[in-house]
Amino acid sequence: MSKAIIEHSVASETFNKDEPYVDWHDETLWFVRQKRDKSSKLLPEWEQLREVASGIKNYVLSHMDELLVSFEEKAKANGVHVHWAADAAEHNEIVLGLLRQHNIDKMVKSKSMLTEECHMNDFLSRNGIEVIDTDLGERIVQLRNEPPSHIVLPAIHLKKKDIGDLFHEHLGTEAGATDPQYLTEAARQHLRDKFLTRRAALTGVNFAVAETGGFVVSTNEGNADMGAHLADIHIACMGFEKIIPKQEHLGVFLRLLARSATGQPITTYSSHFKKPREGQEMHIIIVDNGRSTQLGREDFRNSLKCIRCGACMNTCPVYRRSGGHSYHNAVAGPIGSILAPNLDMTKNADLPFASTLCGSCSNVCPVKIDIHDQLYKWRQVLVKGGHVPQAKEIGIKAMSIVLSQPRFYQWSGRLGRSVMRTMPFMVNNGMNPWYKQREMPEPPKESFRDWYVRNRKE
Amino acid sequence: MTSREKILQQIRVNKPSETIMPLSIRFDSNFESTENKFIETLTAIYTEVIVVKNKEALVAKVGELYASVVNRATTIPELGAWADFSLNVSDPHELEMIEIAILQAEFGVAENGAVWISDRYLSHRALPFITQNLAFVIQRKALVNNMHDAYERLQDTTGWGCFIAGPSKTADIEQSLVIGAHGARSMVIFLLEDEE
Repeated sequence: MSKAIIEHSVASETFNKDEPYVDWHDETLWFVRQKRDKSSKLLPEWEQLREVASGIKNYVLSHMDELLVSFEEKAKANGVHVHWAADAAEHNEIVLGLLRQHNIDKMVKSKSMLTEECHMNDFLSRNGIEVIDTDLGERIVQLRNEPPSHIVLPAIHLKKKDIGDLFHEHLGTEAGATDPQYLTEAARQHLRDKFLTRRAALTGVNFAVAETGGFVVSTNEGNADMGAHLADIHIACMGFEKIIPKQEHLGVFLRLLARSATGQPITTYSSHFKKPREGQEMHIIIVDNGRSTQLGREDFRNSLKCIRCGACMNTCPVYRRSGGHSYHNAVAGPIGSILAPNLDMTKNADLPFASTLCGSCSNVCPVKIDIHDQLYKWRQVLVKGGHVPQAKEIGIKAMSIVLSQPRFYQWSGRLGRSVMRTMPFMVNNGMNPWYKQREMPEPPKESFRDWYVRNRKE
Repeated sequence: MTSREKILQQIRVNKPSETIMPLSIRFDSNFESTENKFIETLTAIYTEVIVVKNKEALVAKVGELYASVVNRATTIPELGAWADFSLNVSDPHELEMIEIAILQAEFGVAENGAVWISDRYLSHRALPFITQNLAFVIQRKALVNNMHDAYERLQDTTGWGCFIAGPSKTADIEQSLVIGAHGARSMVIFLLEDEE
């Protein structure tokens, strides 16, 4: 995937060309956010539950090595093979190696954002392996040759007409059909055939338990279980931060996860894998891929507490109006924007700027990650490191000069107000990005400071 | 140095200083009636709850509900005569024909309608997923309030288990809820009144 990266602001502009579409996207995600609110308010202990979850995850960050070693030991005792991958390439090689060892060239996969991060499907397909994504939303975007635009709702950017057309082309559904029930049934039949004929299944991991060596996979569709229980070999891939100390901690996280994600009290299936079934092979791949570096960044390590619920995306005014693909990263939205610069500062320098810093993301985060503070801190790191475009850097420097000199600031304000009043075309034109999709209020005649100075004298 | 060593070493160098585990991690839910909450939650997630007096009443109710269905399977001995599909197969792929499976489960959780099932009650892990329709039988007394209580109760040491809450579903097409994604298209829970 060496596609040239389009900056978030540029991609958003394209996304915003179709106004009714953007409104629909915005409202759809806001609806999901409202479901989360309703569901969370049914639990009087919700805020304390977040506090506890955050506390457990803080403990995890500071005991990461011990927990992983304990997990490995228990998993091995359970008859599970444990692999370690330092980066995406090693992870992909391990998967390929396991498939080749078993002479398998077709595999079903349930949702795993980690494999998206590693661009595993592309790698495997270049090596002659066919991977079928089995989550309905993921299958849809896979058929379109697109990445998911949301970690929980992969096809949230598509209208049912798009999906009807796609299924007509690939699954032979009736032309023009848009009924979700009918389209889902077609996908069920199409994917059931894959489940029944594939010998390998790959799943993600929502939580790995150090105490038992087991891991939990949550789905609503049942696709992770359909794949894993029918396959000869089950490969589960996890970023190392998925570890939690004890099984009882699942009580905290499973209460938070689905409520934060979609407003459901729990996902339909919370599958607890510990030992392979008789005759089956089970493998776990523990992946670093930059996580241990992020763990060392004091200001940003909290991002590793994330349980991938997507609540920060659903609430984000920028995400809702720019769409997941504008973030050019496996994980989009606010959380993606604090994870991505760790992977590549140059490529992802635009992402921490794709935010209004309103703080809504931090307020909904079930593990209390200080997302908007981190976005703000990344901006400083990226500018200091010379990773932002010169125009932006010059702008920031100019702002800093103006804001640090009170008299100059007062003069600039007066000048700005008079220009906006007398020559609005000077600022309200295509050259000024602040005027895109916005109507500015009329500038006041005087600043608050002038008003205050005048009135105090009277 | 292996990747394992490399990763662990870098974690040791980079991890933050010691933090302690929260002292208490559990909360109590005070429902007026655990059973009513369980039923209410399940109704909201498209699951019918049927209370039956005992196993004889269960046999009668099941016979009535699934009279016209072919390919019926069960793990409950008393329903053995009702079933026409044997679970005595070696390859789970053979379960694909099953139309309805009625399975023994261990307990249910009122706050979210989830039911715990595991290797202890199942000969095939694929069964609750591959069957077209699914029903569980649990003791009326075997209900807990919330997930903290659930994990206190859960002493399962088998190799696999799952909380299942309602039929399989998806909303991946324009957020329209569709029941019956890959797993069961419908779900019924029988609550057994008499203790075994």
